[in-house]
Amino acid sequence: MQPESEANPGSAANAPPSTLFDKIWRRHLVTEPAEAGVPSMLYIDLHLLHEVTTPQAFAELQRRGLPVRCPQRAVATMDQSTPTLPGVGRSGLRVIDPRGADQLDQLEANCERHGIPLFALGDDRQGIVHVIGPELGLTQPGMTIVCGDSHTSTHGAFGALAFGIGSSEVTHVLATQCLLQQRPRTFEVHLEGELQHGATAKDLILGIIAETGVDGGTGHVIEYTGRAIRQLDMEGRMTVCNMSIEAGARAGLIAPDETTFSYLADRPYAPRAWSQAVADWRQLRTDPGAVFDRRITLDAAAIEPMITWGTHPGMSMPVSGTVPVLGEIEPASRPTVEKAWDYMAVKPGEALLGRDVDVVFVGSCTNSRLSDLEAAASILDGRQVASGVEMLVVPGSQTVRRQAEERGLHEVFLAAGAQWREAGCSMCLAMNGDRLAPGQLAVSTTNRNFEGRQGPGGRTVLASPLTAAASAVAGHITDPREML
Amino acid sequence: MSTEAPRFSSLSSRIVPLLIDDVDTDQIIPAEYLKVTGREGLAEGLFAAWRQDPECALHREVFQGAEVLLAGENFGCGSSREHAPWALLDYGFRAVLSPCFADIFRINALRNGLLTIAVDRALHQWLAKSVGQDPTLEITIDLERSTLTLPAGSPFGAEVPFEVDPFARRCLLDGVDQLGYLLQRHAAIASYETNHPARFDSRQPAGEVS
Repeated sequence: MQPESEANPGSAANAPPSTLFDKIWRRHLVTEPAEAGVPSMLYIDLHLLHEVTTPQAFAELQRRGLPVRCPQRAVATMDQSTPTLPGVGRSGLRVIDPRGADQLDQLEANCERHGIPLFALGDDRQGIVHVIGPELGLTQPGMTIVCGDSHTSTHGAFGALAFGIGSSEVTHVLATQCLLQQRPRTFEVHLEGELQHGATAKDLILGIIAETGVDGGTGHVIEYTGRAIRQLDMEGRMTVCNMSIEAGARAGLIAPDETTFSYLADRPYAPRAWSQAVADWRQLRTDPGAVFDRRITLDAAAIEPMITWGTHPGMSMPVSGTVPVLGEIEPASRPTVEKAWDYMAVKPGEALLGRDVDVVFVGSCTNSRLSDLEAAASILDGRQVASGVEMLVVPGSQTVRRQAEERGLHEVFLAAGAQWREAGCSMCLAMNGDRLAPGQLAVSTTNRNFEGRQGPGGRTVLASPLTAAASAVAGHITDPREML
Repeated sequence: MSTEAPRFSSLSSRIVPLLIDDVDTDQIIPAEYLKVTGREGLAEGLFAAWRQDPECALHREVFQGAEVLLAGENFGCGSSREHAPWALLDYGFRAVLSPCFADIFRINALRNGLLTIAVDRALHQWLAKSVGQDPTLEITIDLERSTLTLPAGSPFGAEVPFEVDPFARRCLLDGVDQLGYLLQRHAAIASYETNHPARFDSRQPAGEVS
């Protein structure tokens, strides 16, 4: 696995210091760009597939009569169009939405035809694509990973270069295992200090996006560094990298360390030549003196539990804060902000603490892993979801669901009056029947508070699992520190 | 994913203003419209929620048939759905002007022949103001020369150059099939694979190997 450039100790000793991104990029160059402006050909180690963005890609492959080059580097699952009501299964879904069922049928047929492993509904490994990749050990440091889904950035938590692609590019990877890519720039987000009690990885990334803006990462790959990042467990790191795309960056990276290695050890797809793999992974870090194209430093200790007040993830504030007033907004941005106030029915200068909540959703590729469910359960244990609030808890995968049930978390949720569902994306993008009614307000552990994202006319407040659970109990937006 | 590689040379058109920043691909085409297995007919879902408003610019008679969208900053952020450029193209748009685009949207758009042109903020503001005053104004986009011909009275001159990814430009002008381009390099791919054996086989978890 040694790249040519590092196989020669002489050249390595003289090589300029590199960023983690540079090291992964160089390892995957199939051809150097022949001339300026021509993209590089990047080799893709792992291709993740799901039902919504692949039918057109397979159809194009079929039209051209092309085989899948490396089915052994692909894995498919079903997550977006899938039902989450317990016991509904495929036959129930056909009744709910025949078009969604058609996508599932096509994925099954396409995987069968091309020999791609598929974790379909009913398989005990099925789940959200960005949850199952890591938990199966498919996601490994130093890899290039793509999927027709923008939250592929999640896998960067392992020091893998992972990014979302469109359906045309899905065809390219299926046929050639390669992508034409312009080299992105690098951006270090350095987190000093330690997160305070009640502030989580979700609050950290919302705080970062508040600083960079939703387009601050455009054209860049972000590497997150610093003490607050090192102290996060792998699930927290995944939450941070997951929302890199909400800062405009296609990918987020965290250098692998002992936390990463111990997470991966004994996973089903972890390398058998383990010590050799770990020795290689230890090289995957930014060298001292390496230069990023851009760099910011933030104090993690200053980050409080965060909520969003508007219609994108950059429109956020501490849970106890107030909606910004016109004077705090650049004139050019005012029409956008006024539209967001209007859609969310919030007023400038207003606090959102105490605002009534209709729905609380715990789930999504951002916050549906075991530690997220444990956090929500820690609040709900011995408490009740307020009357008039509907709370859905949707585990990210069947594995997470099993682990949660082994620990009795489902009993905590059910006793509190929350719903305990089957694995899937569910209400994060409202493709499977789980959705808000127009005008409803949800506190949601998801990644996007876009207009209508969780159902036409629905309003979303993004928050951590702690804040979401605390708000469910109180029946209104609540600072979780009151219940810890 | 048409049967031929997309092409773009030049066009002249009126300009539809949609001057909201950070328009995400969920607005361009809501998830409800993604329950398809083809790429045709997506115009129906284009800006579906916003088009319910009778005041939406897309409904104005003067903009019927217009092929250029004047968008706010960071157009196309969010989801990677290629349905977004498919829907814009299906509706009849062939170019979008914005001060800046989200990365995945820009890449998807260019792969499908929807030209994304980043214009500087001063020009963007002037275009927005001018179209507001006279919606019949036309702009000409010439990809070969990489120029915009501006409406009369432009303080930036009659013509301004624009920058576009040079590879995407060449592909659109010549109708280069990018998958064909990759397939031609199969020898380099095979050589790379020989030198970089995989650490895993997705068809066979390590734990299941005896």
